[in-house]
Amino acid sequence: MSHHEHHAAAAHDDHDHKPYGWKRWVYATNHKDIGTMYLVFACIMFFIGGSMALVIRLELFQPGLQFVDPAIFNEMTTVHALLMIFGAVMPAWTGLANWLIPLQVGAPDMALPRLNNFSFWILPFAFTLLIGSLFVPGGGPAGGWTLYPPLVLQGGDSLPMAIFAIHMMGASSILGAINVIVTIMNMRAPGVGLLNMPLFVWTWLITAYLLIAVMPVLAGAVTMLLTDHFFGTSFFSAAGGGDPVMFQHIFWFFGHPEVYILILPAFGIVSEIIPTFARKPLFGYETMVYASASIAFLSFIVWAHHMFTVGMPLAGQMFFMLSTMLIAIPTGVKVFNWCATLWRGSLTFETPMLFALAFLFLFTCGGFSGLMLAIVPADYQYHDTYFVVAHFHYVLVPGSIFTIMAAVYYWLPKWTGRMYDETLGKWHFWLSTIGVNVLFFPQHFLGLAGMPRRIPDYSVQFSDWNMVSSIGAFIFGFSQLLFVYVVVKAVRSGAKAPARPWESAHGLEWELPTPAPYHSWTDPPSPTLIARGAEH
Amino acid sequence: MLNFARPMADSGWHLLNMTKGVTELSAQIYGLHMTIFGVCVLIGIVVYGAMIIALFKFRRSKGAQPDTKMVHSTKVEILWTAVPTVILILMAIPAARVLIATEDTRNTELTIKVTGYQWKWQYDYLDDGFNFFSTLSARSNEARQLQSGIDPRSVENYLLDVDNEVVVPVDTKVRILLTAQDVIHAWWVPAFGMKKDAVPGFVNEMWFKVDADKPGTYRGQCVELCGRDHGFMPIVVRAVSKDEYKVWAAERKAALAPPAAEPAQAPPAADPNAPATASVAASVARG
Repeated sequence: MSHHEHHAAAAHDDHDHKPYGWKRWVYATNHKDIGTMYLVFACIMFFIGGSMALVIRLELFQPGLQFVDPAIFNEMTTVHALLMIFGAVMPAWTGLANWLIPLQVGAPDMALPRLNNFSFWILPFAFTLLIGSLFVPGGGPAGGWTLYPPLVLQGGDSLPMAIFAIHMMGASSILGAINVIVTIMNMRAPGVGLLNMPLFVWTWLITAYLLIAVMPVLAGAVTMLLTDHFFGTSFFSAAGGGDPVMFQHIFWFFGHPEVYILILPAFGIVSEIIPTFARKPLFGYETMVYASASIAFLSFIVWAHHMFTVGMPLAGQMFFMLSTMLIAIPTGVKVFNWCATLWRGSLTFETPMLFALAFLFLFTCGGFSGLMLAIVPADYQYHDTYFVVAHFHYVLVPGSIFTIMAAVYYWLPKWTGRMYDETLGKWHFWLSTIGVNVLFFPQHFLGLAGMPRRIPDYSVQFSDWNMVSSIGAFIFGFSQLLFVYVVVKAVRSGAKAPARPWESAHGLEWELPTPAPYHSWTDPPSPTLIARGAEH
Repeated sequence: MLNFARPMADSGWHLLNMTKGVTELSAQIYGLHMTIFGVCVLIGIVVYGAMIIALFKFRRSKGAQPDTKMVHSTKVEILWTAVPTVILILMAIPAARVLIATEDTRNTELTIKVTGYQWKWQYDYLDDGFNFFSTLSARSNEARQLQSGIDPRSVENYLLDVDNEVVVPVDTKVRILLTAQDVIHAWWVPAFGMKKDAVPGFVNEMWFKVDADKPGTYRGQCVELCGRDHGFMPIVVRAVSKDEYKVWAAERKAALAPPAAEPAQAPPAADPNAPATASVAASVARG
């Protein structure tokens, strides 16, 4: 790398020389600024998507229709999912990638800064279009986030709006993924080998390949919906020789890897946080890398387990049942490795660790229900009931979202130079953890007792657990305001953080001063720093 | 408005698990569900047990010293890859066996074609040549309107009641042919264990056989999002003795006498070994 000769000349404006005002953000090319924008954007979407979830839980608090028309209810379930998946979790991961990958691999920035700017700035437009589609004639998208035809084609003006929004989100994700891959492959400081990288970098690298592989598939599927609706094609209409079930196959060929796009970076984060607070290196680093890669590979051959009731040949059902069960093996290995990392450690329980441990317990719970769902005949009973809703919320909320929060608590001192309030952080943790279990655990019961998902009203024997679930939803939902308060308070008036706020944190990012300077690693880290950082 | 005080019997608190159902298949599926649940509980005891022990035993506040040399163990890692693999293989065997049974639609004795519409079901008794629609009962429909002012608890079988019930004989292998007119629906009666999508333009097949000693009324719902009133197209099946069924079918036939041309088209009464394609063609022709 040629940093050395340029470095002396650039040194005088190295630190905190940054553009001011709106230009800093609109023209942003700095990975830290873009990372911050991604995270703030994700947080806004989390709250908008979350308030839609609260509308859902409010309507389901009691049997009977009290607040919203069933059509609005369907819009809420549809847009809640799209916002949470594409607007909250995925941008949050990209934000964390922006902030952390250059710091962790010793690179001065992301490889493609202007592309980085573009991939972020697509998002506000995409989501304005999506949220705007709720207010057009014919109502918002109401066919479920899975967009199954023929139902989705009954949508009014919201259909093309939602489809273009998905195209834009997809483009943004692909560009972000390209940037991550190029950065990791080309910008690692000399001496940072592939098997020296922190696990977060590894899992993001794998995630980025998944994104590039499957986002175009989603784009193709929704484009076919568009042409079916407006240009007279019949890809998904039996009357014209097409097949509505083909859409489901294409969608889930995207959709299952997408599930791992949402969770793999979480595996990386947890693999960083647990060793820090166990004061002990991650157990089985290489196994973790291989397990992540196996999970990514398997994610391409299990898609039809989302549609076991669609009427598939016996051999197909058998194949997808067995391949799905296989996923339990690498996932189990990861859970065992995290347990082994705790074993004979010296544990303390700061907020990031608490969230990481909640991930470990509750993601495992979601994994168990996933294993149950893999058993095809049993899935005939579980499919499209609240049991499935409970399952995927267990892996996505305490799985992905808790981990994003753990990451924010963990790296906030490095990003901002200020500590968050530990007491409030713990309050946030306990309220969230209790809330999330009160919210989602009873949904297992509802599903097993026979309550279908995506219904705005239910028969009275489901009343009690729905009421409990709704109470949990309000506890969980409102306690997230506390998260915003804790972060804002830390940024504005938190105590000054030391360079290494967690004494046994390893990784190149902790070798930088606190807060991380606006331009970091303009000089590549020395072999000593790399060696110290790599003691994972 | 809170209902904590209601008696246990109708409160819903006790509804925690899958129904064992009233058919051969549903009992097998329930058994499978309990087995895999048991496996998960056992693994859970080990994994959560280890985590909880670690959380209490290896705290710094208790003076725990980290063992920083414990980073890798090929032996242990092979063990905890191999053990789950064996468990999964053992689990796959009964699962595959039940799966094969669910797909075995040979020797059915009665065929009902079920067509999903937004938002009702049509039932076509192919062997007897009559059909009818089944929609949400008027009382439930009134109560389910936005801010209807009617307490759902005052409505019997709220949202799970229809105007025309499906009637099937017990101890009879009933084949359900599923299709839809507009969008995808899914037909599910939890007590029968099976659920399948009704896809427009295609015919799906499933079967159930209600145990001879379990006549009764069984309720279910559409389980594939099908638009605004997806939550309001219930399924009610009354399983009766074979004799009662014959009487009911004869009455239905008389009451809903098909047009003159229709009887000639009716497929031959349940030929148990007729190839599926022929029956499907017949059902499509009728639809």
